[in-house]
Amino acid sequence: MPEIRVTPLGAGQDVGRSCILVSIAGKNVMLDCGMHMGFNDDRRFPDFSYITQNGRLTDFLDCVIISHFHLDHCGALPYFSEMVGYDGPIYMTHPTQAICPILLEDYRKIAVDKKGEANFFTSQMIKDCMKKVVAVHLHQTVQVDDELEIKAYYAGHVLGAAMFQIKVGSESVVYTGDYNMTPDRHLGAAWIDKCRPNLLITESTYATTIRDSKRCRERDFLKKVHETVERGGKVLIPVFALGRAQELCILLETFWERMNLKVPIYFSTGLTEKANHYYKLFITWTNQKIRKTFVQRNMFEFKHIKAFDRAFADNPGPMVVFATPGMLHAGQSLQIFRKWAGNEKNMVIMPGYCVQGTVGHKILSGQRKLEMEGRQLEVKMQVEYMSFSAHADAKGIMQLVGQAEPERVLLVHGEAKKMEFLRQKIEQEFRVSCYMPANGETVTLPTSPSIPVGISLGLLKREMAQGLLPEAKKPRLLHGTLIMKDSNFRLVSSEQALKELGLAEHQLRFTCRVHLQDARKEQETALRVYSHLKSTLKDHCVQHLPDGSVTVESILIQAAAHSEDPGTKVLLVSWTYQDEELGSFLTTLLKKGLPQAPS
Amino acid sequence: MFSSSTKACTDAEGRFFIDRPGTYFGPILDYLRSGQVPTQHIPEVYREAQFYEIQPLVKLLEDMPQIFGEQVARKQFLLRVPGYSENLELLLRLARAEAVALRYSSVVVCVVRTEEEAARCAQPLCSLEARKMPVVKFGPWKVGPEIKDLLYCVEMDIKAQGYQVSCGRYYLDHAFRAKQQQEEIATKKLRLTKPSKSAALHIDLCKATSPADALQYLLQFARKPVEAESVEGVVRILLEHYYKENDPSVRLKIASLLGLLSKTAGFSPDCIIDDAINILQNEKSHQVLAQLLDTLLAIGTKLPENQAIQTRLVDVACKHLTDTSHGVRNKCLQLLGNLGSLEKSITKDTEGLTARDVQKIIGDYFSDQDPRVRTAAIKAMLQLHERGLKLHQTIYNQACKLLSDDYEQVRSAAVQLIWVISQLYPESIVPIPSSNEEIRLVDDAFGKICHMVSDGSWVVRVQAAKLLGSMEQVSSHFLEQTLDKKLMSDLRRKRTAHERAKELYSSGEFSSGRKWGDDAPKEEIDTGAVNLIESGACGAFVHGLEDEMYEVRIAAVEALCMLAQSSPSFAEKCLDFLVDMFNDEIEEVRLQSIHTMRKISNNITLREDQLDTVLAVLEDSSRDIREALHELLCCTNVSTKEGIHLALVELLKNLTKYPTDRDSIWKCLKFLGSRHPTLVLPLVPELLSTHPFFDTAEPDMDDPAYIAVLVLIFNAAKTCPTMPALFSDHTFRHYAYLRDSLSHLVPALRLPGRKLVSPAVSPNITPHEDPSQQFLQQSLERVYSLQHLDPQGAQELLEFTIRDLQRLGELQSELAGVADFSAAYLRCQLLLIKALQEKLWNVAAPLYLKQSDLASAAAKQIMEETYKMEFMYSGVDNKQVVIIHHMRLQAKALQLIVTARTTRGVDPLFGMCEKFLQEVDFFQRCFIADLPHLQDSFVDKLLDLMPRLMTSKPAEVVKILQTMLRQSTFLHLPLPEQIHKASATIIEPAGESDNPLRFTSGLVVALDVDATLEHVQDPQNTVKIQVLYPDGQAQMIHPKPADFRNPGPGRHRLITQVYLSHTAWTEPCQVEVRLLLAYNSSARIPKSPWMESGEVSPQVETSIEGTIPFSKPVKVYIMPKPARR
Repeated sequence: MPEIRVTPLGAGQDVGRSCILVSIAGKNVMLDCGMHMGFNDDRRFPDFSYITQNGRLTDFLDCVIISHFHLDHCGALPYFSEMVGYDGPIYMTHPTQAICPILLEDYRKIAVDKKGEANFFTSQMIKDCMKKVVAVHLHQTVQVDDELEIKAYYAGHVLGAAMFQIKVGSESVVYTGDYNMTPDRHLGAAWIDKCRPNLLITESTYATTIRDSKRCRERDFLKKVHETVERGGKVLIPVFALGRAQELCILLETFWERMNLKVPIYFSTGLTEKANHYYKLFITWTNQKIRKTFVQRNMFEFKHIKAFDRAFADNPGPMVVFATPGMLHAGQSLQIFRKWAGNEKNMVIMPGYCVQGTVGHKILSGQRKLEMEGRQLEVKMQVEYMSFSAHADAKGIMQLVGQAEPERVLLVHGEAKKMEFLRQKIEQEFRVSCYMPANGETVTLPTSPSIPVGISLGLLKREMAQGLLPEAKKPRLLHGTLIMKDSNFRLVSSEQALKELGLAEHQLRFTCRVHLQDARKEQETALRVYSHLKSTLKDHCVQHLPDGSVTVESILIQAAAHSEDPGTKVLLVSWTYQDEELGSFLTTLLKKGLPQAPS
Repeated sequence: MFSSSTKACTDAEGRFFIDRPGTYFGPILDYLRSGQVPTQHIPEVYREAQFYEIQPLVKLLEDMPQIFGEQVARKQFLLRVPGYSENLELLLRLARAEAVALRYSSVVVCVVRTEEEAARCAQPLCSLEARKMPVVKFGPWKVGPEIKDLLYCVEMDIKAQGYQVSCGRYYLDHAFRAKQQQEEIATKKLRLTKPSKSAALHIDLCKATSPADALQYLLQFARKPVEAESVEGVVRILLEHYYKENDPSVRLKIASLLGLLSKTAGFSPDCIIDDAINILQNEKSHQVLAQLLDTLLAIGTKLPENQAIQTRLVDVACKHLTDTSHGVRNKCLQLLGNLGSLEKSITKDTEGLTARDVQKIIGDYFSDQDPRVRTAAIKAMLQLHERGLKLHQTIYNQACKLLSDDYEQVRSAAVQLIWVISQLYPESIVPIPSSNEEIRLVDDAFGKICHMVSDGSWVVRVQAAKLLGSMEQVSSHFLEQTLDKKLMSDLRRKRTAHERAKELYSSGEFSSGRKWGDDAPKEEIDTGAVNLIESGACGAFVHGLEDEMYEVRIAAVEALCMLAQSSPSFAEKCLDFLVDMFNDEIEEVRLQSIHTMRKISNNITLREDQLDTVLAVLEDSSRDIREALHELLCCTNVSTKEGIHLALVELLKNLTKYPTDRDSIWKCLKFLGSRHPTLVLPLVPELLSTHPFFDTAEPDMDDPAYIAVLVLIFNAAKTCPTMPALFSDHTFRHYAYLRDSLSHLVPALRLPGRKLVSPAVSPNITPHEDPSQQFLQQSLERVYSLQHLDPQGAQELLEFTIRDLQRLGELQSELAGVADFSAAYLRCQLLLIKALQEKLWNVAAPLYLKQSDLASAAAKQIMEETYKMEFMYSGVDNKQVVIIHHMRLQAKALQLIVTARTTRGVDPLFGMCEKFLQEVDFFQRCFIADLPHLQDSFVDKLLDLMPRLMTSKPAEVVKILQTMLRQSTFLHLPLPEQIHKASATIIEPAGESDNPLRFTSGLVVALDVDATLEHVQDPQNTVKIQVLYPDGQAQMIHPKPADFRNPGPGRHRLITQVYLSHTAWTEPCQVEVRLLLAYNSSARIPKSPWMESGEVSPQVETSIEGTIPFSKPVKVYIMPKPARR
């Protein structure tokens, strides 16, 4: 029995270190190779030893697919390819290929240079790893080998995020990665065609959330920023370098443009500049508005947003500053925060989630006095929270499932409790089975692979001629002989099959005697039978042959006098195996006797 | 023959010389030898026989049908038609006259048999003549000839004279057709044409050796149109080749050509139907089959009345529906949709066999395996609906299934079909699957279409969103669901931002801002009750408004607008969502949502927080957005006085940021004030900053912000009598000032202790007969009696009438157009009279060089005036144009005379004379229909003398012209119903600034120009901007078409930028900016009806282009600085 097996190594009933093993029709594919941001020990990376105990990974895996550049989807890649050892192809989209090494390098720096971790991958490893990457375009079908093919669909979420369809023969799996069903300021919404995969593996981060329209949030954000700069205050927006930062930049940039504002906006330098550069390059991956205006100018070619310099923080007058990192736990954003916190005219806007223990979390939970480097810091500035998230909410997930029409759904990248809710909903609404394996747990799905059979044109035409027009996409019954030769199948008509195989045709006939009480002559009896059948069987061809026998289609009925009883006539009914149904019907009909002939 | 000496002549040797060709002598010889009557070339032989006077043969031949019909009988019966030969002569002459310009001409021949018919025809004929169609009328006659025969004779006789003739039926106006039967009037249009195209095609096709060649010929042939008369011939040739052709591509082209040809106007394609159906049966190629069906469709649509043919075509279509090619099935369905019988009962009665239920047949193909065929089937169904066939409700279920089709075009068409059915059967009840409930069909359909708003294809989404707007019968419960989205977070119910805002507002904490976690979810929800899949209409608009594609968003906003207009409660609900759209990233969407809000503003009252969001958009840098918002504020209802205050503050902020919005903001405040007098009242002391005990400083009257405040207050005070009590002295003073200077913004107030400022503005009771209208008519009529006055009196009369009219125009704005127009005309006449009164005409030629200025100046001025009259007024029709052109012609004549007098030598005159005569000719050709109205006029006389003028010497011409100009009568100028003078006002630049606009010389500076245009036709092409520099240099700027906006009928607004540049000046100086109206005199000339494209170039020499300034110039102070080196 062919089957699809799915084993999450990470992200099974969990968020972080996404890594899913899929084997489909004998091909093994690894989807994503992420790391867990919450751990610093072995649990950081997926357990690759699970894949194969002995033997090389390269021999076992046919390919690795990376959905987007977030570290929880690609962070373990250099470790996997260079340290564990994998030499096969790694597929990702062009933007991911461009941005991924930057992020990996940045992460490596923090881990090795700052935290001083040993046994971590090196810069060279990142470079070597990226050499194994094959970049794909959207909607491009890539032939991994003769049988395995993959195809990328747009997923929104971040620049270059993609959903992948993995297809072997007639079996297919779609892996969504992270995606977003509502467009935002710089990216469009995820889209997939009705590809009807055998299995859809979808993220479920917001399985129990239905979100409000983005517009209110955006408006609030803009209004707050605007009000603050109007009264001369400074706005600090701590962000991570990639993803939401660009969305907020676009948002502010267009607002500044619209409202003709002159207040400076700064973006802290470093990583971001490089990232923005890639956003400029991959305009085709952004949303309609940005693509449209590209003719006049590149929206990421920010007019109002300039690079930040440390010294600017002390400048008088209003300004808006985007600074990294996002949780105010270190770096430039914290420095600026310390400078500005004392003034009630200023404002800090936290656009994302903050981990417990960070300054960001403290001020968000209302703490007004902070202990910092041994000094008291009173926070007088306004603190605002705005959530801008780019995952599909429950409705979005359902919408995607509806679009793709899969046979089964498998949930990953979410919390178990929330998944359970969504699983029920999916099973209830779409009547498809839905799975949510934990890490290391294997789900085996039987599939019914389709076997192509060649059909002879003659048979097809004959069948077409018999019935009405064939219904679209409906199965239909067809009679013929299946010939299997050299591992391919052919369906031909029985005559042809006999001829080809050099077989003689055998006929199987049934005969049955029916006794009738009839004193008249055989011919007359035959005539009566004929007229009776003629009137009863209107749809069939009933004939009275000159030799006195009656035929109904291929069934032959002969009347003979009973050897002993002259008052009884014997009807000999004979039919072939193919007409079994009609034949038995006729015998029962005749056994009931003939209607009294009108005298 | 030899008996008569006239024909026979002998030569020197006595031999007879017979001057005849020998070609047809053979048959005659044959006859003489054997008595054998010729069978071929009968007319020719007959002619020969007549010549040789062989009476027996002549008799025999005359009895033969050809000759009998042609010669004898025809002569007999033509004798009974009075004036036949004269009419024929006239016809030919008319045709010849026309054919000078073109290679062919057409003449309408009207044949009437009886007196009654003639009477009935009279009116249409007049109208034909009015349209400058040459018409020749035959009849009526007593007995004998039939109309058809007569027409045949006419045709034959013209052919006999060596012309090529083609005829077609000429249909009179619809109005007349309704009254009388067409066939009785039996007009026919004869056409003298060049050799038919069909022959050429035939030759080409025969020559073609390969299919590629044949295709080439056919392609070339298809490039040029075919006249209706020769279509049939062409069709025959094509069909002939079709039968012979083996190559399917050529057959395909022929088939498509047949379709093209059958669309030719005036050709009735019923004759080719048989052939087309015939070839259809034998055709093997699917592509050709499809094309042939297309051709049949073209034929079928051409003959909508012919029931039999339609049934036949439908049968053909049904037969081919089972074809294996999708293309053929497509076309069949299309044909069924377009021609499927409308009234089934009729077909049932007449032909029981073919009583097909077209709908059923089409419906079967909803499940075709090819998506293109499915789409075609749905489209065919929609087509049936468009043609007025009532669709069955049973289709609804089938259509619903198609909504989940894999192909977007199928879904898109299905959405449309569902919409159609929901409009047809809104009230029927349909069951909800998987439950026992039943709902109205329109609600069900609404839910289904709503669901399509989240379709995968944006084309379908746009379509669905658009259709939602037009579903008006939907229950309000379903309607309100579209804006409903239940939020949750971690399985807890969450309130939307809108709900929170509303709550905050109602709790009085509005604008206190929000705290961390105030959107934290509260109540836990039942997991089973959550619905993740949109059932029905739920949240459709929430999705639509958030869509990625702005096309979908715009469609959704439009739909919201339409639905909200019909349902006040829905309007209230959708407010929040519309307000959100004000911040869309695409300007079009923002603008659209603002307009939508304005349209539904009658139904809504803005809450303060909503107003706040709305007002935030006032800072938008796009002028369109701001002005749309001002308009919106004009018609919104505000609920509190804080709201008014907020609006005022924001508007004033807007004013300081964008001073150019001044007018728009004042207007906005005017309406805001008059709408909310009671809310403004408590704000007055604060706004005027009056103090109960102390006098405050008097505000600056030139401050636009202060004026804005006053406009608000005064408009509120109009309906709030207690308000003036709060005013301080200077407010009253300012009121008086503003009432004078900005009377359109400040209403008349009843102020205590003061007399009404303008009591005259009483309720304007317009009497039935407007006295000023009467006055206008009278004075104009008086002028037309001018003919009988002596020149001096005439001049005086004209002068004071012009003065009267001008004054009238100033007083009565609605009559200004008419008055100005007639005054301009009279002025022309006055100038003409004056010019003719000059003494110069009596003096010998060389003596009065200096005086002639006046006359030539007059001529020039008349020309200018006529151009103004022609192009600056809207509503001028043909009658006036003729008069204007006539006046211009007179001016040209005057010019010619003056030039003739002042120039020595004849040579330059030749050219001028010729040109003038050409113009006269042109005038005649253009306005031939109007000539009868110009009795006794200059042109009338001129045309009488035209033949003489053509041959005369210039000096003579001038002399004739001079006398004619003196004798010609003054033409009555008929006044059109509505006539408006085009006018323009430049709002921006205002020309008040003392600060010069400085820029570096050699570089450009952009100058914003904002102007309103009234009654300008086609401003995109005609309005130009002119910049005059002090050194006399003029620059003409053509504004972009997108710079024109159309805020109301007859009004346009031009907002554009003008780029100025100049070399350095030492002093700042003023440049003049003004608007010009460009015109092109050929534009107005009606095109000759028979003019074919590309054949005749319009007379270039008479198209004069020029410009008329029509706005007051505005001075702009500029200063180009020398560039720094």
